[in-house]
Amino acid sequence: MSEHRCFVYGDNINTDLIFAGKYTYTLRTPEEIASHALEDLDPTFAQTVQQGDVIVAGRNWGSGSSREQGVTSLKWSGVNIIIAESFSGLYFRNCINQGVHPIVCAGLSEKVKRGDTIRIEGGYIIHDGEYYAIPPLSPSVQAILDAGGLAPMLAKRFANE
Amino acid sequence: MSGYTFAEKALARAAGVSSARAGDVLDIRPDLIFSHDNTAAIRKIFLGFGAKRILHPDRVAITLDHAVPAPTTLHAQNHAEIRAWVAEQGIGHFFEVGRGICHQVISEEGLILPSEVIFGSDSHTTHFGWLGAFGMGVGRTEMAALWATGELWLAVPQAMKITLTGRLPNGTTAKDIALRILRDLSVQGGQYRSIEFFGDTISTLSIDERPVIPNMMAEFGAMNAYFPPDETVFNFLRARTNHSYTPLYPDNDAVYEAEYALDVSDLAPQIALPNQPDNVVDLDQAIGTPIQQAFIGTCTGGRYEDLVMAAEVVRGKKIRSRLIVIPASADVMLRAAQTGVLADLISAGASIATPGCGPCMGNHLGVPASDEASISTGSRNFKGRMGTTDAPIYLANAYVVAASAVCGMIVHPDEVMS
Ligand code: SF4
Repeated sequence: MSEHRCFVYGDNINTDLIFAGKYTYTLRTPEEIASHALEDLDPTFAQTVQQGDVIVAGRNWGSGSSREQGVTSLKWSGVNIIIAESFSGLYFRNCINQGVHPIVCAGLSEKVKRGDTIRIEGGYIIHDGEYYAIPPLSPSVQAILDAGGLAPMLAKRFANE
Repeated sequence: MSGYTFAEKALARAAGVSSARAGDVLDIRPDLIFSHDNTAAIRKIFLGFGAKRILHPDRVAITLDHAVPAPTTLHAQNHAEIRAWVAEQGIGHFFEVGRGICHQVISEEGLILPSEVIFGSDSHTTHFGWLGAFGMGVGRTEMAALWATGELWLAVPQAMKITLTGRLPNGTTAKDIALRILRDLSVQGGQYRSIEFFGDTISTLSIDERPVIPNMMAEFGAMNAYFPPDETVFNFLRARTNHSYTPLYPDNDAVYEAEYALDVSDLAPQIALPNQPDNVVDLDQAIGTPIQQAFIGTCTGGRYEDLVMAAEVVRGKKIRSRLIVIPASADVMLRAAQTGVLADLISAGASIATPGCGPCMGNHLGVPASDEASISTGSRNFKGRMGTTDAPIYLANAYVVAASAVCGMIVHPDEVMS
């Protein structure tokens, strides 16, 4: 069981709003990158986010550019779970590869408000007494997530060979 | 139960499962994977895993194309590292400096066949849809993982159906179709779907025109793009490979999340204004804009017929702006040399460079100065794409680009050719 505070956003939030293109080549350290997360959408996010917080978003979260910082800027801010009505496919792929759990969840984003707490327990998201099923990932994808991403998973695998 | 899309069929095949649906997560074993000048960077990630040998070196292709011949010592060292890696790992398909741009070369070599899956560490890997294959761009870490394990997980994409009908009028090309789709549906329109094309226009498009549309679906945000392969494709492959294949076609009752139809029979030449490939208008609205450089080249617009179009326009004339011509491959260049097309271009004042990406992403061989406007047959006109953020880029077909070189400003080709 775990509890998480929510940041709530709408539909079609693109990766430029999550991490601005102008920073992609100039910022390098995780701290710097995290300090500009969601800057153009929610300027207070980077100052208020804490380890374990989650994003709850509407449809098509992470559309647009393929930049990995759209995921890593949030991960390095302490966000390890992103819940959305739907994800852009490329963003979903980036999440898994970076070890951030993308949860497709219909209906939650309309109910939950910024600052609410959700519980995650036994394959469900629980909010305000309602249960939302977490769709299972295929075993090989779950293994990547459990390892913390594609690079750490392969590092572990080749260390054992 | 409804039928299957091309993406559902192709990915099920490559995952070794009997069927798949959009949203299913599969482990895909691609038929071919490729990288280019970014190979040395991928090697570092691969070694960082602790991996030592590429699992299926025979399924790996590497081209040197993004900065060739090496413009600086640093680039040369990068190439040298890649050559050493190719030798050490016994990479199956290596193409040296001058052979051409990855997408063009792999097509010409017959390395990818209808129904197959190809992943490249390059966003324009959607290109291979022209062969009825599933082509998708991947990140560098993903390519390193593919080297190490031969597979990559993927969620089967939703699909979009685009129907093209009618025959293009003279002076318009496949490039104009791609620009029109972007104009109507925007760079977000693809939504990382499988874009599957239908309609009678496809069979009217030549070998050289076909790749343009799937290629530019990268600008549309597609995961992959697909043309149903026909005799034109089968004949092209017959001359290049004796491997057999079974083409895949989507079922008539496949489920498409979105649909769009375009009658191309009265399509006017299109032009993308700076700084986004969907900032598209009819050519008429850009007439008279001064340009300092015109560029015929890239994986989108540097094939033989593009050079022929340009030669038709400039033959017997002198250009006013700079005209850079970079054939997409050595095959293209050789053919253009043999048929006199290169001679026409050179006589008009064009400069010809080694097959490769050239200035497309601002590396070398004709990058603009500040405030110099370019017009290009390429696919991207983002701010700074060709090296400096204050050099505006216009995108159009090869007739328009060549005609604009003749006049030193954007013009309608009719003005030059009549
Ligand atoms: S020609 Fe341009 S778009 Fe094509 S692969 Fe090279 S850099 Fe990319």
